[in-house]
Amino acid sequence: MSDTIVDIRDLSTVFKNGKKEAVIHQDLNLRIERGEFMSLVGGSGSGKTVLLREMLGLEAPTRGEITVLGKPAAELGKRGAARRVGMLFQHGALFSAFTVLENIAFPLRELKTLPDSLIREAAMVKLQMVGLAPEHADKMPADLSGGMVKRVSLARALIMDPPLLLLDEPTAGLDPESSDSFCALLRSLHRDMELTVVMVTHDLDTLFELSTRISVLADKQVIVSGPPRDVIAFPHPFIRHFFLGERGQRAMELLREYPFTV
Amino acid sequence: MPSPEDDAARESAPHIDPQDTPDGACYLVLGPWTAAELTAQPAWQALTLQLNALDAGAAGTALWDLRQIGQLDHLGAQVLWDHWGRQWPDKLEVLPPQRAVLDRVAQFSADRPEAPVPGLRENFLSLGEGVLKVVDHGADLLALVGRLLLNLIKLVKNPREGPWRDLSGHLYHIGATALPITALVGFLIGVVLAYLISQQLRQFGADAFIVNILGISLIRELGPVLAAILIAGRSGSAITAQIGVMRVTEELDAMRVMGIAHSYRLVMPRAMALAIVMPLISVWTTIAALLGGMLAADLVMGVTPSFFIDALPEAVDAANLTLATAKSVVFGVLIALIGCHFGLRVKPNTESLGQGTTASVVTSITVVILVDALFAVLFKSIGV
Repeated sequence: MSDTIVDIRDLSTVFKNGKKEAVIHQDLNLRIERGEFMSLVGGSGSGKTVLLREMLGLEAPTRGEITVLGKPAAELGKRGAARRVGMLFQHGALFSAFTVLENIAFPLRELKTLPDSLIREAAMVKLQMVGLAPEHADKMPADLSGGMVKRVSLARALIMDPPLLLLDEPTAGLDPESSDSFCALLRSLHRDMELTVVMVTHDLDTLFELSTRISVLADKQVIVSGPPRDVIAFPHPFIRHFFLGERGQRAMELLREYPFTV
Repeated sequence: MPSPEDDAARESAPHIDPQDTPDGACYLVLGPWTAAELTAQPAWQALTLQLNALDAGAAGTALWDLRQIGQLDHLGAQVLWDHWGRQWPDKLEVLPPQRAVLDRVAQFSADRPEAPVPGLRENFLSLGEGVLKVVDHGADLLALVGRLLLNLIKLVKNPREGPWRDLSGHLYHIGATALPITALVGFLIGVVLAYLISQQLRQFGADAFIVNILGISLIRELGPVLAAILIAGRSGSAITAQIGVMRVTEELDAMRVMGIAHSYRLVMPRAMALAIVMPLISVWTTIAALLGGMLAADLVMGVTPSFFIDALPEAVDAANLTLATAKSVVFGVLIALIGCHFGLRVKPNTESLGQGTTASVVTSITVVILVDALFAVLFKSIGV
């Protein structure tokens, strides 16, 4: 098996709205290798989430091809897709009619192979792995706080221990403390489970703390992709604005404190 | 003798290789112990068989060797951990990453207390809960009616501030777009009714009375009820779903924070629109049904349309029309109120939304028929 997990070649995405055409991506190329923690960064409307959705096969690109784990992305939506890719949606996307535990166990239970007791135990382990107490197992998603929804959603994405994990704004809407603990959780999962992670985020703290590689989406393409230090040094107005503004300076302190090891 | 392919298949599946060593039994754990492999039906069956066949007596003392395992994830670790009876075996050889996974499973594996089975007392209490719920629904509905009245007074005092745009939108969506379906259903019911009645009347040679029977039944009863049931199914559900989705997406809360009352902005325009539209739709349905009946009477019994139209005013008292219109207004307001009531009670999840919509349609149709029966009893001496 090759070590390229995601391979995007000459991708173009055009949205047609009536007679207007909006070009989101044009001849975009990106490769993600096994074990990377790659962050996608870009301004609003630069097509980060669209790219993520295309990797999942939820949207079809206009031109070009996307290969995920050696298969075309369009084939991902088939039975048992949860064993290949886990996705953490921005708002959790928990099934509101199921309890927390049923939500987490859902992908496993749908395969109808394993006994119920084993599935329940596996779900309980994942529930506690993401830092939730066992007594939350029987709650309904509507009764959870924002941070807990994210955690449950992460547990559900991880139930089959997929090699690839996609995160859409994992720390958006979390308070700083739960955001920090969520980051620590993601880092330990990435390290222990040899996960490949692709993350879309606007949060610079999260970005510097977790990424082994940053790819910047701007001008409908990936303008630069590399370790955080190289990316910051790249001369482009968006990067100067995004990383070297006031917020960026503060977050960069982190970068100096935690030297990167890949 | 197993073929090489069989061997290869076994190698690529999670399995255990028991070996005898001088120090006792040794279980080599081999293959990929991952969720992806374990959830494949054949692999799981083979593995369960193998695990069950392992010598129970030796399991405690045997050496478990995980060092040559292909992959081990949390589900695989869970399977092993459960097989070990949720404790570490005496002799275990693992590599650090596998140890980390097993550690995590060991730490977090816990029995979840099962929910207690409800006894007689719980059942009795849940019965009371059910009764209280019905009372609660009634009180809520009553409050909704009261608020509607207060809002109407407010509207009369300040007609310029009324939600007129909403009203005109609802008039169109609830009324105008329902015209084709109500006409079709009404027409067909008229045809069916005329055919059935004509068979009976012919036996008595009382052909001309078809005008009386069709006129009274359609104008007084079937027209308004049919229209109300169709509108309850069509618009009652839509009202509940619209308001329910607004609850799910927190739009209702946003509205409240802006100081806009739900009852004024959501309930009143819908109730007003249905109060206006319902009698019109009812008349429209009645006309379609009478046309259908007239056509069928002409075809089957030779009762000509001109005779039909001449005889109709004499057969049906004008009071029936007033009664039908008044009934329709009541039906319309009830459908709107029930739809809004269930919509406002929806909880922010999809299941509650579905239940609310179903309950809304069932309740409004039932209430329409109940109220119709009430009208029939109260006004039995009028117009017949």
